[in-house]
Amino acid sequence: MSGNGVTVKVEQLTRMFGKFTAVDHIDLEVGKGEIFGFLGPNGAGKSTTIKMLCGLLTPTSGGGYVGGLDIMRQSEEIKKIIGYMSQRFSLYDDLTVEQNIDFFSGIYSVPRSKAQGRKDWALSMAGLMDRRGALTKTLPTGVKQRLALGCAILHEPPILFLDEPTSGVDPISRRNFWNLIYMMAEGGATVFVTTHYMEEAEYCDRLALIYRGKIIAEGSPKTLKQSAMTKEVLEVEMENPVEAMEVLFTSGFDPSIFGSALHVTVDDGMVAEPAIRKALADAGMTPLRIEKIAPSLEDVFVNLIEVS
Amino acid sequence: MRIARVYAIAKKEIIQIRRDPLSMAMAFLLPLILLFIFGFAITMDIKNLKTVVCDLDKSEVSRRFASDLSASGYFIIVDPSVDYQQIERIIDSGAAKIAIAIPRGFSENIRLGKPAQIQALIDGSDANTATIAAGYLSAASDMFSAKLSPRRSAPAVDPRVRVWYNEDLKSRNFIIPGLIAVIMSVIAALLTSLTIAREWERGTMEQLITTPLKTSELIIGKLIPYFLIGFIDMLVAVSVTVFVFGVELKGSLVLLLVVSAVFLFGVLSLGILVSIMTKSQLPASQIALVMTFLPAFLLSGFMISIINMPYVLQLITRIVPARYFVTIIKGIFLKGSGLSLVWFDLTLLALFGAVVFAAANMKLKKKIA
Repeated sequence: MSGNGVTVKVEQLTRMFGKFTAVDHIDLEVGKGEIFGFLGPNGAGKSTTIKMLCGLLTPTSGGGYVGGLDIMRQSEEIKKIIGYMSQRFSLYDDLTVEQNIDFFSGIYSVPRSKAQGRKDWALSMAGLMDRRGALTKTLPTGVKQRLALGCAILHEPPILFLDEPTSGVDPISRRNFWNLIYMMAEGGATVFVTTHYMEEAEYCDRLALIYRGKIIAEGSPKTLKQSAMTKEVLEVEMENPVEAMEVLFTSGFDPSIFGSALHVTVDDGMVAEPAIRKALADAGMTPLRIEKIAPSLEDVFVNLIEVS
Repeated sequence: MRIARVYAIAKKEIIQIRRDPLSMAMAFLLPLILLFIFGFAITMDIKNLKTVVCDLDKSEVSRRFASDLSASGYFIIVDPSVDYQQIERIIDSGAAKIAIAIPRGFSENIRLGKPAQIQALIDGSDANTATIAAGYLSAASDMFSAKLSPRRSAPAVDPRVRVWYNEDLKSRNFIIPGLIAVIMSVIAALLTSLTIAREWERGTMEQLITTPLKTSELIIGKLIPYFLIGFIDMLVAVSVTVFVFGVELKGSLVLLLVVSAVFLFGVLSLGILVSIMTKSQLPASQIALVMTFLPAFLLSGFMISIINMPYVLQLITRIVPARYFVTIIKGIFLKGSGLSLVWFDLTLLALFGAVVFAAANMKLKKKIA
């Protein structure tokens, strides 16, 4: 059983697809009321993990608990206490906004006395009070996703699983969506969310980074940046970053492009900076600026992946 | 089992069907179109067979023979005086199916009380038509002989035939009720074959799986709207059969509808099962079509009588639900069969439905892989 204050706990959870190991013996613990971010590149095993927790997939081995219920044996019980929303496909395009809400309200057996109140809540949350009769397919993606979230939590589940909920949505809609997630968490819900947007990771209470089916780091965004990052990052601003990157590559550095600048991960900035300047000068280039910066989560992640 | 969840599924499905013109057409228009096309096209009665006559006797009697043939309505004389040499070309070209040659001395032989022969050449490339035409022709000749000399000679055996159940021997009377069974098999299975596959294809199944919805609730919720559609189709088809095709319904309408309900449950469940197994609309609809249309058309006794089939095929017909429905619906329409006559087939029909429904429930898993 899960300990006090823990809503999701998995041990040695594994899922194979044929010979391919999508999720490889992972351990996780998510506390009650936490916003838990599950990060990783596409195909790393994020969705597979969330699908095992929601009962969509049966684990090959290992196991876990959601809300104290066994994911191997009690997946139907789990479905009563969770809300699940994935990046695509959760709504019926050929139903109106209101018909979709009514449908999921029926499926989640929302009591009649509460149904109207929940419907109004979902409508206002999605900003669709005046468009309840609109066909869902006519809505912009961002609005659709808010509606999908509203439909997935009509029954006020204590645990929410969101699988790349903001994928393909503009930054403003994404921010709006995260405001909703904060709202849920403040209301006491546990939110388990996968994403590959690094700035979204910063919004989470705790993170786990998954890569090739394995968890390679875990912690709050702050501790991850401090502890997982033993190296330093130099930001090198260039007029022609792409050519500069090639130059640094061939000189044995490890640059990556961030906008008009390069981030170069090095062991010691004091030693590396003159070496970088020299390599660039040899190629006839002058950096506009070289500065040691605090690593972003993306730097941390890129670095962690290279280490593993 | 929660009624609220079944209701939510059924209501959603109805909204989707009503909003989709293609679904609406398939549900309500297609069965009617099929009924009219097949109802008018399939007939085993033969009328207006194109006939030419080569009259070498050129007598009043020979002309009377020819005009009696055409008066029967089965033959239409397209040319009453062709040359004998022309006959082969006429039959070859298809200008006529039958050529009748009346030899010289035909009327003379009749006058003398001797057997008077005629020659009939029939295009046998359509064996069925040829056989029936030959039968009509000898019947017409017999009647002609009897009219000429009523008391000439009494045949040794004189069968007095009375046909029961379909007194006029109109093929329409037994084809159309069976046709309803064939069409409803196809339509019902086709409609439901799309429903679960559609949820998989659109990805909405994934969402449904994460809810407390039970598989039985999903299946029953999906069956209800199509059952209603099937039932409406059935009522329309029976009305068309009675009022447009003029087939008399001798038995009980209520019994017919009860049997239809049991039959619909079975074939609708079959469509659902196919949909569950394929998870994809195109193969689902094709499999459902082949699984229902061919057996219903060939192995149900709709047109081809089951007793004349090889034993192995007869055994196979036992698992074709249309077989039981065809038997019952023909019985109710033509013989006025009551429950005491149809209960056995009805029980087997119900058993088929129960087995397929159970299989669908077992095969639908709340997992994506």
